[in-house]
This record gives sequence, C-alpha cells and structure tokens, in this order.
Amino acid sequence: MFDAVVIGAGVVGAMAARELTKNGMKVCVLERENDVAMGATKANSAIVHAGFDAKEGSLKAELNVKGSVMMEQVAKELGVKYKRNGSLVIGFNEEDKKTVEELYERGTKNGVKNLEVIDRARLKEIEPNIGDGAICALYAPTGAIICPYELTLAAIGNAMDNGAELKCNFEVSAIEKTDNGYKVYSGEDFVEAEIVINAAGLYSDTIASMIGDNSFKVTPRRGEYILLDRECGNLTSHTIFRTPSKMGKGILVSPTVDGNLLTGPTSVNIEDKEDKDTTAEGFAHIIKETFENVNNVPFNKTITSFCGLRAAGDTGDFIITSPSKGFINLAGIESPGLSASPAIAKKVTDMLKEQGYTLEENKDFNPIREPMHGFKDLSVEEKNEIIKKDKTFGRIICRCETVTEGEILRAIRTNPRPSDLDGVKRRTRAQMGRCQGGFCSPYIMELLAKENNISIEEVTKSGSGSIMITGKTKDAQ
Amino acid sequence: MTDLVIIGGGPAGMSAAVAAYEAGIRDILILERDNSLGGILQQCIHNGFGLHKFGQELTGPEYAWKYEEKVKELNIPYKLNTMVLDITSDKVITATNATDGVFCIQAKAVILAMGCRERSKGALNIPGSRPAGIYSAGTAQKLVNMKGYMPGKNVVILGSGDIGLIMARRMTLEGAKVHAVCELMPYSGGLARNIEQCLNDFNIPLKLSHTVTKIHGKGRVEAVTISKVDENRKPIPGTEEFIPCDTLLLSVGLIPENELSKSADVTLDRITGGAVVDQNRQTSAEGIFACGNVLHVHDLVDFVSDEAEIAGKAAADYINGRVDEKTNVTIKTDGKVRYTVPQVITSKKDVTVYFRVADVFRNAKITVSGNGEVLLSKKKPKLAPGEMESIKLKKELFENCSEITFALEV
Ligand SMILES: Cc1cc2nc3c(=O)[nH]c(=O)nc-3n(C[C@H](O)[C@H](O)[C@H](O)COP(=O)(O)OP(=O)(O)OC[C@H]3O[C@@H](n4cnc5c(N)ncnc54)[C@H](O)[C@@H]3O)c2cc1C
Ligand SMILES: Cc1cc2nc3c(=O)[nH]c(=O)nc-3n(C[C@H](O)[C@H](O)[C@H](O)COP(=O)(O)OP(=O)(O)OC[C@H]3O[C@@H](n4cnc5c(N)ncnc54)[C@H](O)[C@@H]3O)c2cc1C
Repeated sequence: MFDAVVIGAGVVGAMAARELTKNGMKVCVLERENDVAMGATKANSAIVHAGFDAKEGSLKAELNVKGSVMMEQVAKELGVKYKRNGSLVIGFNEEDKKTVEELYERGTKNGVKNLEVIDRARLKEIEPNIGDGAICALYAPTGAIICPYELTLAAIGNAMDNGAELKCNFEVSAIEKTDNGYKVYSGEDFVEAEIVINAAGLYSDTIASMIGDNSFKVTPRRGEYILLDRECGNLTSHTIFRTPSKMGKGILVSPTVDGNLLTGPTSVNIEDKEDKDTTAEGFAHIIKETFENVNNVPFNKTITSFCGLRAAGDTGDFIITSPSKGFINLAGIESPGLSASPAIAKKVTDMLKEQGYTLEENKDFNPIREPMHGFKDLSVEEKNEIIKKDKTFGRIICRCETVTEGEILRAIRTNPRPSDLDGVKRRTRAQMGRCQGGFCSPYIMELLAKENNISIEEVTKSGSGSIMITGKTKDAQ
Repeated sequence: MTDLVIIGGGPAGMSAAVAAYEAGIRDILILERDNSLGGILQQCIHNGFGLHKFGQELTGPEYAWKYEEKVKELNIPYKLNTMVLDITSDKVITATNATDGVFCIQAKAVILAMGCRERSKGALNIPGSRPAGIYSAGTAQKLVNMKGYMPGKNVVILGSGDIGLIMARRMTLEGAKVHAVCELMPYSGGLARNIEQCLNDFNIPLKLSHTVTKIHGKGRVEAVTISKVDENRKPIPGTEEFIPCDTLLLSVGLIPENELSKSADVTLDRITGGAVVDQNRQTSAEGIFACGNVLHVHDLVDFVSDEAEIAGKAAADYINGRVDEKTNVTIKTDGKVRYTVPQVITSKKDVTVYFRVADVFRNAKITVSGNGEVLLSKKKPKLAPGEMESIKLKKELFENCSEITFALEV
C-alpha cells in the first residue's frame, strides 16, 4: 500500500512525485513505457517561458509565472542545466507590432518582470543574426532554457533516492475505488494507494474515465523539430519566437542548454495518439519560417529531426481537477507545462491539504542530486583526480560528445536506471552528437548487456520490439 | 616536447610515421583512440586493397598489417585507446586515456590523420518514424565483421557509396535478403568494380534516381517507401513503392573528421570538408600537416598511403628546418572539376595534383590553364565522381603563375 501513485512519468508526474515524497508520502510512479520522459516531455521546445503568452486569470498564466520563478532553484537542486538566455518575440509588420504590444500588456498583468518592447536597431544589437524582415520585438529577459528530459530524470531519480518507487512497462488499464483509496491495475498486476495523481499526458482522459470522469477530452497536436549541430548553437543567443497569429505560434529558433540549435515546432491537429511521424511538409515549413527568423541557418548541419505531441485539452486551459476525493487530474498540460511543472506540483500538495490529507515535511528528504553532466567541463587536474580512482573516466566512448565509459556506467547504475540505448543517450548524451551513435552504439550495447545481465540480442533501442541485433553471423554461430 | 605527433593510427597515420622515420625523425608518437592500429581497414575484410601499392589484392586487415608490422619493427612509439581532445595552433595536444589520464604534449610538427565518419540518418530528414534498425553501413560492417552480430535480415540500402555496395554483398553472404540499393543521383558514387562484384553478381537491383521517402515501424523498422526523383532530386508523386524490411542501411557519404583541425584554426575547404593544403600537405597552420580521409575522402587506400608519405616526409623536412625555393600558386576549379588536392602550391618543385569531377563525363578534356593560356590538356574517355584522378605538373609549367585553373571541356 502506497500513500500515492502517480500515473505517468513525464515532467508533470515527476515533479509531483518528488513534491509528494518531500511531503513525507510513500509514492509509486507508474509508467507504461520502458523509461521515464517518453511522452511530450522528451520532444518539446525546452523553453521555460517567461509567462506573457497565457490569458490573464488562467491557470496557465498563474502556474507558468510561478513555475518559471521556481525553476532556477529546482534546476540547481537537481543538478540540471538551466540557462536564462532571454526570449524575443519578433514582429515583421505593423499588425505584428500591435500584437507585440498586447503581449507586453498581458505579460505585465501576468506579473512577468522586466518586459520591454524594442525596435530593430536594439534587436539587431542584441541578436546580430536576426532575420532581415524583423522590425520590432518583445524582449523577455526572464525567459530561459532547460533540458526537459534531464529535468525529469533528475526529479524521478531524486524522488527514488528519497524512497519513491518507479514501475516502468506498467500501462494502467483499470482503476477501482476501494474503502481507503484506489487499486490501479495493469492487466492482472495492481498497485494500491490512498491517492492517485493522473499525469498521463495524452491519455489523461482515458485514465480519468476509468473512475467515471468523462468531463474532458485530450487530442494530439503534432509538433516537429529539426536539430542542428553544436557548431550552430551560437547563431542566436536568445530564443526567437514569432508573434502568434491565427495560424498559431509559428516556428521558433533557440539554442539548447547543450549548445545545439533547435528549430520548430510545427502545429497540426491529428487523430492518432501514437503517430509521432515527421513529415516532408513539416520540414519544409520549419525551414521556410526559420529563414525568416534568423539569417543563414545552415540546415546541412542537421543532426536529427523528431516529433512531439501536444496534449491539447478541450477547455483551452490546464485541466487540474479532483473528480473524487484523493484523485487529481493533471490533464491538458500542453505548453507551458514544462515551465509550470514545479508550480503544478505545489498545487497538487495544496489541493490534497484542502481535502484533509496530512502532508508533513519529510525531515530526511535530501533535495540535492549530483549533476550527471559536467565531467567534460572539469579542469585537467580535476579529471585526473577522478581517473586516478576510476580508470573508466579516461576512456572516451562517444567521440562526438566526448562521453567517457565512466559516465555511461555511472548513468546505468543511477536511479532511474536505463535499460535501453535511448535511455543511455538521454542520460549521458552519448549517441547524441553528429554521428548519432554510428561509432559508439555497439560499445554501449555491450555495456548495457553486461550491466543488466542480459544478452546483446535483448538490448533494445527504446523498449519492447526495438531490438538492435537479429542474430549472430555464420562464423559467430 | 615531441618532434612529431600523429593523430590517428589508420593507414594514413602509420604510413606518415614510417615516412617520417625514414626521413630521419626518431621522436615520433602516434595517438590512436581505438584499441588497435589499422583504422577503418580493420573492419574491411573484403579484398581489393593494395593493387597499386603492392601489386596484389589484399584484405583491409592484411594491408593495415603491412604497415603495423613496419611501425613495430621500427619501434615507432604509439598509444592506443587514447583520444585526442584538442590541438592548439601552437601545436599543444591534449589527449586522454585510462592509464595516463588527461595529458598535454607540445609537438614541433603535427600530422592530422583522423580519417572520416559516415553521414548519419539524422542529416537526411527522412519523414516517418524513428525505430530501431536504421544503421549507417559502416556501423553495420563493424557489427558483422568485428562483433559477429547481424543487424537485420531484410535489408534496403540507401546510397550506393562503396561501403553500401560492399555491405550489400556481405549481408547477402550472411543469409540476409537485400531488396534494393537506392541511389538519389542518376549514377553511383561507388567504384565500378564494386557495382559489378557486389550487386550484379548477386542480382541485387540498383535503383538510380530513387530515394527513401518514408520510414515505417514503431519499435523496429517494418518497411520503407521509396520514390523516384526528378532531375532536381525531388520525389515524383505517384512513383512510391512500399518495401517491407526490418533494416535500412545508409551509405550516404563520408565526412572528414575535422573537429580537431578547427580547434587548431586550420582553414578548411568547403568542398572537401578537409584542410586546405599545399603540395607538402601542410595546412594553413604552420607545422600542421594532414593526410588520408581527414583531408579528402579517398576510395583507394593505396592513394592514402602515397599522400601520407608526402606528409610524413614534409613534416620531417619541417622539423629539420629544410625549406624549398618558395612560390605561391592558387589552384582554382571550374565546378565540373569539383576540387583539387593540393589547393595551393608553395614551392618550385614538380607536383602531382589529385582531383575529382562533379558528374559523369564521357570523352572529356581536362585542361590546366594559367595567365590566360592553356598550359596542359589531357583527354579522358570517362570520368566519374567516384574515381579520383591525377595530373603531374612540371615546375616550369606554373613557375610564372599566381593562379592556375583546372577545367573540363566536354
Ligand atoms: C511540440 C511541443 C512543444 C512544447 N514546448 C514547450 C516549451 O517550450 N515550454 C513548456 O513549458 N512547455 C512546452 N510544451 C509542453 C510540455 O512539453 C508539456 O506540458 C509537458 O511535457 C507535459 O508533461 P506531462 O508529464 O504532462 O506529459 P508527458 O510527458 O506526455 O507524460 C505522460 C506520461 O504518461 C504515460 N502514460 C500514458 N498513459 C499511461 C498509462 N495508461 N499508464 C501508465 N503511463 C501512461 C506516458 O507514457 C508518458 O510518459 C511543449 C509540448 C509540445 C508537444
Ligand atoms: C568501409 C570502407 C570500405 C573501403 N573499401 C576499400 C576498398 O575496397 N579498397 C581500397 O583500397 N580502399 C577502400 N576504402 C578506403 C580506405 O580504406 C580508406 O580511404 C583508408 O582506410 C583511410 O585511411 P585513414 O588513415 O585516412 O583513415 P582511418 O582508417 O579512418 O584512420 C583514422 C584513424 O584515426 C583515429 N582517430 C580519429 N580521431 C582521433 C582522435 N581524436 N584521437 C585519436 N585517434 C583518432 C581513428 O580511430 C582511426 O583509427 C574503404 C573505406 C571504407 C570506410
């Protein structure tokens, strides 16, 4: 029996699980995939929005502004890369200019600090590569960037280090109310808890309906991206948005915390919640608008492309409700969900207190998680200090991102432990560079097999079905 | 202080080391990140190496072994499992390995011989899903030849570079079914002999002017859609063909591995992706030389060895302070000739210029001109991007030029 189960290990579930653990609860996180951060959380724009976008008075606005203020501290505790690089919303014509001014007004009302409307001269000064057609911009110095899956891994890992449990490959299929809580099933398997937090992203409507709550629907909206080599990461220093129009928010250009350049997302409503295909039209759209936003973006330096699905609710706002005592929906958490996630977690504990649950701060809770990155940036002396104790830190496995065997082994042995190649990738950046694992994936497969005590044929790229090897060669048989 | 540090212990690095040794340099160090010398040749277990250099058909490992033996016999020092992380333009090298940790070396001369890497799927923006089962051909070659693992059973290959062609045969011999090799261009970038021996002999269709337009499959690749492309390389609607398969191998180009060259402020050639060099294979950074696939992608290792010998000997001369009579001639190309190596001539000596063409040409005439007149011309029945060409220039020919142009008349 747990105090609480959290369904879904995206950034929202992860932050909630950590917050509940901090408040003395015994928590179990249930995730249907082979790893955490496999939904919207691994494929989004990675922006900690300042908070000028959402309508005043909405949950989105309130939680975005609060979350964005909390994020810096959370990132520090969890050893996660975070950079306050500032955002720019650029306008190309008089109509855009009006929108820029409206955003300024709205942001100021939402409580966003230090907003400024700037002209082309100033824009060009702070962002020399800005597109030739940009005439003005809203400048939000509090906008920031973060790595969303690193944040989620760290939050879950930290919760686990403080006693939480994680069950992957646990797809919730039914929920039963009991006298003192809920029984949450995956097929025959079940977990019992007093409290259920529904953070199942695209499927949060399905989960809610399992206890008879059919009050909302969630539909997928596709967002495709193209990611460029680290060589291009300083083409812009700010996150460059376009002014939102009837056609949506448009394509943004942003550096990432790891120094790449990210362009996207497209925005297309689709039906299939499993369809994360990229499309030729999507790529063309990204490239066209990127060229307007920023001059000379070299798309021949592309290293990968991907697609995330927004979980769009039918109310236009986040759907944070409690249809039954101890059951909380965190649904329709589309953008700015990443930015808002620390504040959403706080809201969960507040709602539970209101419902009469006793939450007591866990005195032993250690909020600090050692950063998993950063070996690369140590001084020669510091590195040698570590290599002297553990030789594996002297051996480079991923050549493009210079990731050592020591870092990979540490990641494989740290909560939440990865069991597939993409899991190692998200934790260490090995296979994330320009050759995309061409050199190092065979080595990492061997490390995973050895550490997890499985055969190499059982190593997958990303969970069930995604096997890498189909057998041995004739000689090796 | 070390006289000569060579980055990379493939055929280029080893040949350069031997040449420098023979020119009198003893204080040499080869740094290699892999666990043995030999570079990419270790995984090329097919034969076809060494025809020019040794007059016999060797396998990749056999060819590499000839140089490895020489390196060992001459006691040329090398460090394996050692990754070079940085080179400065003052020739300070930072490297790391498990026994020495991170260390720095000041070199008098440096030879860059880091080879190349394969262009990855990511660079292609193929629409569709991103399942397991998509490998670059070289990675598949490593899995099969070095590790004894089969990456799949039903294969489509995109790109007809040599590695792709060789892997089509290799996978077939291992019992896999290779359904097709698709090539975006109207001609193959691979060697003619590889098309014959690796595809035709096994009845594997080569689909020219075709590309993969969609990848299907959730966990593992389940199929690909291929389409014919028009003369602008855009897919033609209505020509889609759906091919069920579990594996997509990519042989879509090699990229010289020049991240370190950039850290040393070496000027790179936009077309080759390698350094701009003179006849000695010296880069824009004094005392830093480059050879092999890091300089430009070679199809035959024999030429890699030749080039490395030039660099090794020149590095020795540099260390010993020997200098030739100077000149300064820039070599330009007309576009039909895509690039030349070297790109500049800085000494008054005879020089062999290597070059590649941009398309398939028949009955063409190569001309070298300077100061408004044709200095030299040569007829060729057939030229193809896949085959490297060379022309020897006598020093008298370019003596009075500051610029010469390589062009093609068709
Ligand atoms: C294209 C795009 C761009 C975005 N850009 C930004 C941005 O720049 N800034 C920002 O603040 N926000 C952004 N967002 C929003 C942000 O990504 C999301 O709000 C956030 O990731 C949502 O997290 P989540 O945990 O709710 O959902 P998810 O990450 O989708 O997690 C839900 C989890 O539940 C699991 N699950 C589902 N069903 C079940 C089941 N039956 N049993 C068990 N587990 C289940 C899923 O596998 C998944 O892991 C963007 C979103 C998208 C798609
Ligand atoms: C798959 C394939 C098939 C081929 N088939 C044929 C054929 O049939 N016949 C033929 O004649 N030729 C063939 N070739 C061409 C020929 O083998 C190559 O041109 C030749 O191997 C290139 O030699 P190299 O020394 O420049 O590069 P490589 O062999 O790649 O060697 C470079 C070395 O540098 C090391 N290195 C790189 N960076 C660092 C660093 N930072 N620190 C330390 N070490 C580093 C690498 O680990 C590698 O060992 C083939 C090539 C390939 C790739």
